[in-house]
Amino acid sequence: MSLEQLLYAAKGGTESISKGGISRRTFLKASAAAGGGLLLSFSLPALMRNAEAAETATANTFAPNAFIRIDRQGRVTLVVHQVEMGQGTYTSLPMLLAEELEVDLAQVHLEHAPPDDKLYANPLIGFQATGGSNSVRGAWEPLRRAGATARSMLMSAACATWNVDSNSCRAEKGEVIHVPTGRKLNYGALVDKAATLPVPDQVTLKDPKDFKLIGTPVKRLDSHDKVNGKAQYSIDVKVPGMKIATVAACPVFGGKLARVDDGKAKAIKGVHQVVRLDDAVAVIADHMWAAKQGLAALDIQWDEGPNAKLGTADIVQQLEAASQKPGVVARKDGDVAKAMAGAAQKVEAVYQVPFLAHAAMEPLSCTVHVRKDGCDVWVGTQVATRAQATAAQVTGFPPEKIRVHNHLLGGGFGRRLDVDFITQAVQIAKQVDGPVKVIWTREEDIQHDIYRPYYYDRLAAGLDGQGMPIAWSHRVTASSILARWYPPAFKEGLDPDAVEGAAEPPYALPNVLVDYVRQEPPGIVTGWWRGVGPTHNIFVVESFIDELAAAAKKDPVEYRRALLGKSPRARAVLDLATEKAGWGRPLPEGHGRGVSVQHAFGSYLAQVAEVAVSKEGEVRVQRVVCAVDCGMIVNPDTVKAQMEGGIIFGITAALFEEITIKDGRVEQHNFNDYRILRINEAPVVEVYLVKSAESPGGIGEPGTSAIAPAVTNAIFAATGKRIRKLPVKPDQLRSA
Amino acid sequence: MVTLKINGEDHTVDVPPDMPLLWVLRDVVGLTGTKFGCGMALCGACTVHVDGTPTRSCVTPVSAVAGKKITTIEAIGETPSGKKVQKAWLDLDVVQCGYCQSGQIMSASALLASNLKPTDADIDAAMAGNLCRCGTYARIRAAIKQAAQSKSTAIKGA
Repeated sequence: MSLEQLLYAAKGGTESISKGGISRRTFLKASAAAGGGLLLSFSLPALMRNAEAAETATANTFAPNAFIRIDRQGRVTLVVHQVEMGQGTYTSLPMLLAEELEVDLAQVHLEHAPPDDKLYANPLIGFQATGGSNSVRGAWEPLRRAGATARSMLMSAACATWNVDSNSCRAEKGEVIHVPTGRKLNYGALVDKAATLPVPDQVTLKDPKDFKLIGTPVKRLDSHDKVNGKAQYSIDVKVPGMKIATVAACPVFGGKLARVDDGKAKAIKGVHQVVRLDDAVAVIADHMWAAKQGLAALDIQWDEGPNAKLGTADIVQQLEAASQKPGVVARKDGDVAKAMAGAAQKVEAVYQVPFLAHAAMEPLSCTVHVRKDGCDVWVGTQVATRAQATAAQVTGFPPEKIRVHNHLLGGGFGRRLDVDFITQAVQIAKQVDGPVKVIWTREEDIQHDIYRPYYYDRLAAGLDGQGMPIAWSHRVTASSILARWYPPAFKEGLDPDAVEGAAEPPYALPNVLVDYVRQEPPGIVTGWWRGVGPTHNIFVVESFIDELAAAAKKDPVEYRRALLGKSPRARAVLDLATEKAGWGRPLPEGHGRGVSVQHAFGSYLAQVAEVAVSKEGEVRVQRVVCAVDCGMIVNPDTVKAQMEGGIIFGITAALFEEITIKDGRVEQHNFNDYRILRINEAPVVEVYLVKSAESPGGIGEPGTSAIAPAVTNAIFAATGKRIRKLPVKPDQLRSA
Repeated sequence: MVTLKINGEDHTVDVPPDMPLLWVLRDVVGLTGTKFGCGMALCGACTVHVDGTPTRSCVTPVSAVAGKKITTIEAIGETPSGKKVQKAWLDLDVVQCGYCQSGQIMSASALLASNLKPTDADIDAAMAGNLCRCGTYARIRAAIKQAAQSKSTAIKGA
């Protein structure tokens, strides 16, 4: 069961509610829109719903979180909770609607949720989250159904107007056409009548062979404003009377503010105020420069607390010790101990991956205005309802008094699934008269991130006389993101995200034991990072499979193929990627090819990386071939773009990224010591898409999660050195 | 008081002379297309043109650019190379989150203004200072090449 499925099951998402015998119609309502027009309200599955909502919602509760409004000019507005962070959702979702509504894509305008209360009476409830490569997968059916319903009602309105039979009409490009006479009516002329009609019990969705838009390489709808400087991110918010603030939180994990002398800071021109929080200080100024100067001029004393001496080695030692004891079983097939005892050969390994920062190009920012009667929050977030909830908690206002204005995200990658920076901005704004935009410097962004956990994995396998695995054990030891971020999904000590990609590898393994040990690092909060659980587990599993192939003295591709007999989709992408990559063709000395196979986020991927390792141990990834089967493809160009970018993101992590801790502080500061791959270091990436009629799989994360092992397996092929700890260090590979 | 010539217009601003141009543009003049990424000239998100030269505005004191011709992303489409670059960016759907793209486009248009046929090595040299966390590098490279091949007279409305 995937993470998303598990969360659905845990929380009674839309899927399980509709299985409870309530007709789909209950979940789609039509009404007149304010100002004229047709308004359809319906539900798109959120990644999950929050505990409160799930407890109070009954099967009869209608809680729409998505809206389609068609006005008298025929303009179509789609309001969804998903947020655009580069993944192309603001193009893919309108495509799903336009396909069934029979309008040009250019007619669909997309708005961020939450909707304007004046236009849309239903407040958002539930838990909005954009993540888990989930948006298109969740919207695939309901959004097309909503589009088809609207089209059907508009056609009924036209038929009633003309007094003709519905079979004699068709819809095309925002018009209903009476075929025998050629009469036409624009949707805009039909909306008021359509709004009075009953919602049809059933609508028929198009046969995929009739798709005009879905499956075609449509251009992104958000490009224009992103090439001319008009796109508005959270950091670009302008509110009349707004001040600019920047902040320094205690550099030591869990530390507090002891005292601060702000005399010099307040003397700086443009500085208005110094705000003290329990664990941070903020300077409020006319502009960011004055705020930064003010912050630098503060004399701050921190109470460093119990973690003042903490270092990375302490954390690894704790993980190593915790990994010695059995954990909570995530999967158990057969009898591993017995099979291991009878094995002809045993292979064991320990793998480690570091804490990681997100380092989205847009540093965190949040603008807040706390008024006497409510609070406005302007921010870019993957979780708008959590933003609202934290602002309500800090201000004491009820949630309906908090207006969250969501923005484009200058990169999310999981960082904006947490709201710590919003909480902090509201705490600051509470002490400020008027609106204030809190901007984190890059240093603050790197040093106060919510980090991807450090994972410590123990693996063992027993091979038979032919070198094939007959026993497989994998113990994951790490902090639990879900136990903090979404406790209901953390059950009986098992974090399903921590073992995603480990518990269900696509290979036929007769005896399997996968378990999880939770070990929290002192004071350090860990969170989601692009590719989530699989980013760590696919690296470990695909490296270890490679180790087994080497132990069996077999070709890594042939070894995998032999284990993929029951997974034809995985085998097909493996065959495609290796064929396109020219697997087996000779390479110069110091070069190597490596492969990875992945089934995660509902998609199948295989990647072949080609690397060159210099005598100094520097690794250069020269070429990556990626074969993808993500089921039905909505926008092939978006799939390709997500693979291209996801692969670069994953290579950066494999080769460079690492957050280390000394004296309770993060040692990295900015892009000088938290290195990101640059254009001159980027490989050629070739993406090949497999045609498929299966339901759509996710595409935002798989490219990232599958690449690290392809790179490190290629390093093994080039050098004979097995990388079991990321990032790759040139010292390990130096031959000169 | 310092007078800045930004996108063809004069702006007189009352700011300290050591204030970086980036914050003058964003917080004082109100042009937010130029982005803050690092504050140390490490990422290129803040790139503008000063007398046609690509310049990291986050480390450029405003006093150093008084009287010089400053061009930002908001007006780069009015230059021949900027127009070509923007069109190529749209044609190849380069952007993802888009946050770094102002800086990418400013660096690319400066490259093309001085080099009509950039090689891969030229592109590496001109663009290596511009980070993209979404990893759009392959499309950036392809778009620069496409823009180099296009004739500026053939382009309408980037």
